[in-house]
Amino acid sequence: MKPAPFDYVRAGSLAETHDVLASEGGEAAVLAGGQSLVPLLSMRMARPKVLVDIMHVDELASLRVDGDAIYVGARLRQAELLGWPELAKHQPLLAHALPWVGHWQTRARGTVCGSVALADPSAELPLVLAALGGHVILSSRGAHRRVPADEFFQGIMSTARNDDELIEAVSFPCRRNGEGYAFREFARRHGDFAIVACAAIATEKSVRLAVGGVADRPVVRDFPEVSDEALGDFAAGLEARDDLHATASYRRMLVCKLGAETIAEAQACRA
Amino acid sequence: MPRLSADARHNVRLEINGRAHEAEAEPRMLLTDFLRHRLGLTGTHVGCEHGVCGACTVQIDGAPARACLTLAVQADGASIRTVEGLAPEPGRLSVLQEAFRRHHALQCGFCTAGILMSLDWYLREKPDPSEAELREFLSGHICRCTGYVPIVAAALDAARRLRETGESK
Repeated sequence: MKPAPFDYVRAGSLAETHDVLASEGGEAAVLAGGQSLVPLLSMRMARPKVLVDIMHVDELASLRVDGDAIYVGARLRQAELLGWPELAKHQPLLAHALPWVGHWQTRARGTVCGSVALADPSAELPLVLAALGGHVILSSRGAHRRVPADEFFQGIMSTARNDDELIEAVSFPCRRNGEGYAFREFARRHGDFAIVACAAIATEKSVRLAVGGVADRPVVRDFPEVSDEALGDFAAGLEARDDLHATASYRRMLVCKLGAETIAEAQACRA
Repeated sequence: MPRLSADARHNVRLEINGRAHEAEAEPRMLLTDFLRHRLGLTGTHVGCEHGVCGACTVQIDGAPARACLTLAVQADGASIRTVEGLAPEPGRLSVLQEAFRRHHALQCGFCTAGILMSLDWYLREKPDPSEAELREFLSGHICRCTGYVPIVAAALDAARRLRETGESK
């Protein structure tokens, strides 16, 4: 349980970060809070030649409301976002979901963008980003692009990020008037990765349900009419997996039950 | 932008329990091993080494965190508190440590240092937690001996005593 050897670079600016990623390509890994990367290193599932520590890059520290979205820089820790007094006002779904991300002790270090970068199919933050239709802001030497969440997540721990790109920020759309938001999760122990997690957004005319922990990436579906039958069809169509925590059919059953509860809660709090 | 080479040791300077420390580490050295093997601070325990069990929890720059999920070179310049820094003076335990003793909140003691470092922070953040809040907070720690009941009792007792003496502020 000791990482294989790697060089360590403490980047002082965005340009320096881009330089390392450009010259090292796929041999480099970006180190932010380290709460997912360091276990992968220790288990030797990842063996990068060089780590670029971005936690001293001032340009990446921002947290701001930019038009109708919350812009979260790559350095921002999960605990910092959760502790932001404006969070529930601007996006209740994030405020509901963040306490489910890991534990207090990992949120104190782990970053929002780091969780998005890892793209674990059970993780809460990718699910919320997909549910809200947010964007990932990627940058490399001289280039910049905004990728919608549904294009960014491509499979288990697989994303649209190129080797020379840094996730500079993610942007979560702000709450919209007349919408209700809810988040629920089922896990063996609070803070574990979800067996099934559900995010629901209720509007006057329809309901959106996003499901994590089931397929290889977050799955989002809009329901003009909510019924047990519609939810059952949705669950049956999911490419669910068996693993040591739960069978695929158990996961589908949870999608129906937890999904219905999450939708009901979102509808009830629609303001 | 200095690049620390994988096969060399590099100076790491940090503050631990209010005192400056300095020692060498390869980039891949975890903070747990740095504390224990380079600095001899063996109060911080090494359990699962992938962030699940909580035994290695210390406070980094004022918040509880897993020492096994932090590289020593990452912590260069940081301020760290470990279990060695809890007791106010030799021969005297902190209010929280006393409560753990009184309630038999430890058996083998392997997980205890991490739990103490988490609770020490939490009770300052939230001086009057409910039992449910404490249990959620403690979900970041695994104890295989006590069944958690005496740990929760000790934490509630310590919280009450700290409130009464005003020490939690």
